[in-house]
Amino acid sequence: MPAWPDVRADFPILHQQVNGKPLVYLDSAATAQKPRAVIDALVRYYERDNSNVHRGLHALSMRATDAYEGARARVAKFIHAADPAEVIFTRGTTESINVVAHSWGRAHLKPGDVVLATEMEHHSNLVPWQQAAKASGATLRYVPVLGVNAEGGLDLAALDRLLTPQVKLFAFTHISNTLGTVNPAAELCRRARAVGAVTVIDAAQSIGHAPLDVQAIGCDFLAFSGHKMCGPTGIGVLYGRRALLDKLAPDETGGGMVVSVDYEGATWKPAPERLEAGTPDIAGAIGLGVACDYLDALDRAAIRRHDGDLARLAYDQLSKLPGIRLLGPAGVRGGLVSFAFPDVHAHDVVTFADEDGIALRGGHHCNQPLMRKLGLTSTTRASFYVYNQPGEIDALVASLQRTLKFFRG
Amino acid sequence: MSADLTELYQQVILDHNRRPRNRGRLPTANRVAHGDNPSCGDQCDVYLQLDGDRIKDISFDGSGCAISQASASLMTTQLKGKTAAEAEALYRKFHEIVTTGKAPEEISDLAAFAGVHTFPARIKCATLGWHAALNALKGDAAPATTESHTD
Repeated sequence: MPAWPDVRADFPILHQQVNGKPLVYLDSAATAQKPRAVIDALVRYYERDNSNVHRGLHALSMRATDAYEGARARVAKFIHAADPAEVIFTRGTTESINVVAHSWGRAHLKPGDVVLATEMEHHSNLVPWQQAAKASGATLRYVPVLGVNAEGGLDLAALDRLLTPQVKLFAFTHISNTLGTVNPAAELCRRARAVGAVTVIDAAQSIGHAPLDVQAIGCDFLAFSGHKMCGPTGIGVLYGRRALLDKLAPDETGGGMVVSVDYEGATWKPAPERLEAGTPDIAGAIGLGVACDYLDALDRAAIRRHDGDLARLAYDQLSKLPGIRLLGPAGVRGGLVSFAFPDVHAHDVVTFADEDGIALRGGHHCNQPLMRKLGLTSTTRASFYVYNQPGEIDALVASLQRTLKFFRG
Repeated sequence: MSADLTELYQQVILDHNRRPRNRGRLPTANRVAHGDNPSCGDQCDVYLQLDGDRIKDISFDGSGCAISQASASLMTTQLKGKTAAEAEALYRKFHEIVTTGKAPEEISDLAAFAGVHTFPARIKCATLGWHAALNALKGDAAPATTESHTD
């Protein structure tokens, strides 16, 4: 593997022992660890600038507002949005997708319409569309995933058949949190646009792991969470094209998003304020902006190489374990591997790995329909990020060998 | 391996996991209940042949971790021949074992699950089959779950 700077020193949490062993954190697809710079930014904000935004004329309020809006501009630059007003701060990916499902869905979906998703969606990009379809009378359809181990990715031939003029919206994940599949986002958006469908991308697994340019991709909406890209929990982003956001009726109403209120009614500000009712997560947004700085300093193209190299190394090493079933593509993949054994359950694997100080995830990964399709109830997932090193994959393999020996005798 | 892990995965548990007893659909069943652990996807169906108030025969089927499968297997060996009231009393003792690690003297095989109490996340694995069995006894149509359901 090419040289990669050891950035472990930037992450205070990594320097601890778990069950008497050095912590090997392989669960970044669930949440990434935080660099010192992000933690310091949160402390600095609360110690020095804490104040409410957009309302006050005093020094602290102006500082907080500048930092909050500065974070919005920073995130806009991070995803190459045309305008900072296209960045709406939310609680995370789930809320971002729900905003589109509620606000856009309520205004545009009607009986006879089709919402298209894929079989590899996380529940957060699946259940909101089920609910929106039920509420509107629209039909929800899925682009199939190919291969007994989902190694073939999305069925793009089926996509052409499914993308009829009835499709009003196409929601898909950029990188699958269970399979590691990298979907061709720009190509999918291009095809959807050809039938006039609005596109929604779940970028939770791609945002901090690769360069991302919403204009090059050509999506209408894109959702992600701060905590999966070294930022704080509780902050996320909904990107939307300005023309769509300004027409979006607010899902939540209240303070901060109104122009004028009387006892009979109210009028809304333009985006982004119209979609950010109430006091936002100011510290979270500021921390997210610092996370953008941190990842760009490392260079996201280099991060993509590093994560992908680790995932392929893990895939190759794990494929030597007897009886293992590896999901997703054998070639290019995002920074995670997901696997199952016929005779040892994921939860037992995770418990034994924890004993060795290794943090893995076992379960359905909020992907129950896909699991069912693959004839599985759970898998074990190891996911990689900037602080992981090849030696940690050796530790993972050794731990799995011990576990298999214990259960198989 | 640490003492805690050895305690969790005792021989009797490994044995029931490898060679589950009373596994599969029970053709003579007149009650069935489904158990779900939504956080991990574990599932367990429990089949009962009730003769009045007494469990004449019992089986389970499902998929899950070694703890959940061994627990359901061992449970079937313990519940055969018991009345509904006896089954509930036994569950209360089992629940105490997995939550406190303390087993009453008269309990033998079920004491193998005492090690679960040091792994709180695994208590619901150990009790999944029992929840399904108790629901089957009550004749509940709703699936047993280790967590509350929302639609």
